[in-house]
Amino acid sequence: MWSVTRPLLQECTLACYRLLSAMTQAVPPILSITPSRALVDEKFQVLVENLPPGCPVTLHSLHHSEDKDDWEAYGHYVSDHRGVVSVTEDLSFGGTYTGKEPMGLLWSMRPVPGSREGLRLRKINVCTPMLVNISVHSGHEDFRDRTPLASALAERWYMAPGVKRIDINKQGVQGTLFIPPGPGPFPTLLDMWGGGVGLLEYRSALLASRGYVSFSLDYLRSEHLSADVEFKYFETAFNIIRNHPQVIPDRVGILGISLGSTVAFNLTAYSTIIKPRCIVCISSNHYHPPGTTLKAGFKILSKYVLLTVCHENLMIIQIIVTNMYHRHFHKAHFDENNYMSWRSFGLDLIADPSNNVEVGRINCPMLLVNGCDDQNWPTVETAEEVARLLREGGKEHLLSRLAYPGAGHLIEPPFSPHFRATKFIILNSKKKVILLWGGHTKAHSDAQEDSWRKILSFLQLHLYHSPSVKAKL
Amino acid sequence: MDRKQYCVKLSVQPSRGLMDEKFIVLVQNALPGSQLTIRALHQCEDGHSWEAFGHYTADTTGTINVSEDPSIGGTYSGVEQMGLLWSFRPIPGSKSGLRMRKKNIQTPMEVTISVYQGHQTEGFADLVPLSGVAVERWYMAPGVRRIPVTEGGLTAALFLPSGPGPFPGLLDLWGGGGQLVEYRAALLASHGFASMAIDYLTAKITMETGKMVDNQYFETAYRVLQQHPQVCGSKIAMIGLSFGTSITLKMAVYSEVIKLSAAVCISGSHVQPVDGSVEEILRFFQKNGEKTRFSEKNEVIWRDLLLPIPTDPSLKVNVGRLQCPLLLVVGEDDQNWPSQESALDIKEMMARAGNSHLLTVLSYPNAGHLIEPPYTPHARSSTLKTVEIEEKVMCLWGGQTVEHSRAQEDAWKKMVVFLKENLYGGRNPTSFSHL
Repeated sequence: MWSVTRPLLQECTLACYRLLSAMTQAVPPILSITPSRALVDEKFQVLVENLPPGCPVTLHSLHHSEDKDDWEAYGHYVSDHRGVVSVTEDLSFGGTYTGKEPMGLLWSMRPVPGSREGLRLRKINVCTPMLVNISVHSGHEDFRDRTPLASALAERWYMAPGVKRIDINKQGVQGTLFIPPGPGPFPTLLDMWGGGVGLLEYRSALLASRGYVSFSLDYLRSEHLSADVEFKYFETAFNIIRNHPQVIPDRVGILGISLGSTVAFNLTAYSTIIKPRCIVCISSNHYHPPGTTLKAGFKILSKYVLLTVCHENLMIIQIIVTNMYHRHFHKAHFDENNYMSWRSFGLDLIADPSNNVEVGRINCPMLLVNGCDDQNWPTVETAEEVARLLREGGKEHLLSRLAYPGAGHLIEPPFSPHFRATKFIILNSKKKVILLWGGHTKAHSDAQEDSWRKILSFLQLHLYHSPSVKAKL
Repeated sequence: MDRKQYCVKLSVQPSRGLMDEKFIVLVQNALPGSQLTIRALHQCEDGHSWEAFGHYTADTTGTINVSEDPSIGGTYSGVEQMGLLWSFRPIPGSKSGLRMRKKNIQTPMEVTISVYQGHQTEGFADLVPLSGVAVERWYMAPGVRRIPVTEGGLTAALFLPSGPGPFPGLLDLWGGGGQLVEYRAALLASHGFASMAIDYLTAKITMETGKMVDNQYFETAYRVLQQHPQVCGSKIAMIGLSFGTSITLKMAVYSEVIKLSAAVCISGSHVQPVDGSVEEILRFFQKNGEKTRFSEKNEVIWRDLLLPIPTDPSLKVNVGRLQCPLLLVVGEDDQNWPSQESALDIKEMMARAGNSHLLTVLSYPNAGHLIEPPYTPHARSSTLKTVEIEEKVMCLWGGQTVEHSRAQEDAWKKMVVFLKENLYGGRNPTSFSHL
C-alpha cells in the first residue's frame, strides 16, 4: 500500500514545497510545545499550525548531550485540512517511531548517524534541564535536505522548583540527598543504581520532585574489606537517612535496579536494624553468595568479561576462575552483532540457591519490575523464584509483579531513550565491551512509561497512605 | 489527627508554566471530609507579599482537585482553577495602592502553594502547612530571546520567538505611567510574535533632553522591526493599552510609513487632537483636568476628561479610514478612560464609513481599566505617577475582581487568536486549488 501512495505523496510534496516557499515569503508555520517546561516524566503536546493542508512534513527532535553527542528522533506526518499536525492526535507514518505516539519524539531518540557506537544518554547534572529542540521540516524521506520551517525549544527537568540537592558524606557514607519543597517531614527512599556506572542522581531528583526524600547512595566507589563491613555501610546509610529531620522514620522504602536490587533484597532479608516499609526491585538480581562483597563480586564479573574479551574469537569459553564463580559455568554469549550477554551465565549462577539471598525472609510489601527480554541478567527467572519462595512462606500477598514483554534490563524513568546495548567499561582496565541489555524500543519505552506510573502508585500507597489500608497495587 | 497517619500530598502541574497557562492543583491523601485551606504566597520584586487562598473540603478519597472542586471561602469561591493566582491581594498590613507588575521578565514569578489544616483566613505566617510546593510562572518560553533596541534613539526591547523565523511583528505600547514595560511583549513572543515593547513617555531621549518624542519615533520603531531579518516585514501589528490606544489608532489611520496588518486597542479612546504630537495630546487631556472626579475614598477618576465624546472631527481619529482589522477591548467599569463610550462612537463612525467589517469589540461588564494578561491580580485602584503629575495619586481603575479576572482570561485568548489569524495568515483560499 505504501508503494501505491508514494508517487501521490511526491506530487503532494512538490505542491506543498511551492506553497510553503511562497508562504515563507509571507509567514511560516507555528510549532508549539505545551508545556514548554516540564518534568521528564510529564507528557507534552507538540502542535504545528499554519501549514498548507495535506502537507507531508517531518517532526524532528534534537538533543545535544552533556557528553557532546547528538541525539534525534523524527516522525513523518501529513497535515489535515486546517493545516494542522498534532503529534498527540495524529499518526506518524515512518521515522524513528510510527503510529499515534505523543512522546515518540523523546523515547525513540537515538544517536545521529555517524555517532560512536554503544552510547547511552543519561543526565549527570540534574540541576539544569535537558534541552530538546523540536522542528518541523517539509517532506518525509528527504527532510534533512531542507532547513526547518519552524522550531521550538522544550526544557525537560529532573528537579521540580524548590527541590534541594545536598551532598552527603557522613560516617563514611557517601551519596546525594534530594529533599522536596515544603515543610516536611516526608516519606523517603533509599535509591540504588546498578553496577558499572558512577553515582547517578536523576531518578532520586525525580522522586524528590514527586514528594519523596530520596537518597542516591554511592555504594560501589569504595572498597569494603569484607561482606560484614559492606553490610554495615548500607545499614549506616539507612540509619542516617532515617534520622534526618526531614524524613519520617517509619516511612522509608528502598528502590533498587539491577545490582541495586540485590542490595535491597539483602538488607531487607537480613538486617535486624533496618525495616523498610516497602521495596521496589527493578530488573531484580538476588545473586549474592554469603560472605562476599558486592564490589568483589562485581570485580570478578568484570575480570571474567575481560578474559572473555581477550578470547573474543571464541563463541564458547570455558574458564576456571578462582574464588566463588568456580565450576558452575561459563558460557559467554555473543549475539549476531557481537554484543555480550550475561543472561545465560547468570542463570547458571543462580541455579544454586545457596548463592542467593533468602528472599523468603522478607516481610514487607515488594514490587518487582522486569523486562521479559532482559539479556543482561535472568531477572524474570529471579522474579519467579522470589514469588515461589514467598508463596511457600505464605507471604504471597506481599508481592506485586510487573513483567513486560519486549522490555530489556534498563527500565528507567519514562520517555528516556532505550538502549538495547551499550558500551561498558571494565573496572580497572581500559577494555570496553558492548554489553547487551535487551528490549525492543517501542515495547521497552511502553514498559518505562507504564512501570513508572505503577511504581509511583505503589510508593504512594505504601509510603504516603495510612498504614491501616492493606490494599494491593 | 495523628499527623503521621495522613501524609498530605500536594502537587501542581505543571510546576513551571507560562503566565497564561493553566495549572492543576491537587491535594491527595488527606483525611476524607477534612477542611483544608490551599494558599498561594508570592513576594514580588519590590518586596511586598501577596496571598490568595481557598477553603476546601476533602472528598471521600481524601482528594481535592482545585479545577473541579468548589472553594467555599477565601479570596475566591466556587470552582476556580486559577483562583490562587488571579485573586492575589497584598497580605494584611501592606500599604495601600499596590499593583503587581514584573519588571525582570527573564526570571520566573515564584509562587509557593501550601495546604493548611482547617479553614484559615489569617495568621498564616504562624501556621505550619501540611505540605507545600514551589511553582514557577514564566513570561518567556524557552528559546525566546530578549534584544535591547537603542537604534534611532529608541528605548525599546525586542522579543524574538525561538526558531528560524521569519515571524510576524508586533509593536507593544502601554499607557500614561511610562517606563519600558516588557512582560506582555515577552509573553506574546512566547506565542510566536516578534514583539517590541516601546517606552515612549520616559524614553532615554526624553529623560536627557526633556523633550517628548514625536510621531517619527513610532515610525522608527516600525522600520526597525520591519527591517529585522527575522521579522516578516509585511505582517506587523500594534497593540496599545490606555494612552497606547491613542498612539495605535493615530498611527494606524494617519501614518504614511506604518502599514499595520492588525491593531488591538485595550481600554482606550480615539478622542485626541488629530494633528497632535504626543505632547499636544497630553496637553489636551490636561486642559480638561477640571473634569477630574474623586471617589469616596478620594481616588482619582479621570474617565470624564474626554467626555462627552466630541462631534468635532478634528478631535477624533477618523477610524472610518482604517484599513486593517481592529480589536477593541473594553471594561465597562473603566473609571480611568471612557473606553465604552469611545467604542460605541468608533462603531458608529465605522458603520457610517462602511468599514465596520474590520471592527470587533469585546466589552466586559464589571471589568476595569487594567485589562492585563490572564491570572494577573486585579487592581481596582493603585498609586500612579504619571509623566504629567509630579506626585503619586491614588488612581481608580475600576472593575470587580471576579468579572475583571474573567475578562482578562477571555480577552487574552481572543486577542491571541485575533493576532494569529491576521498575522499568521490563516489560509489563502486560492492555495486549495493546487492540491
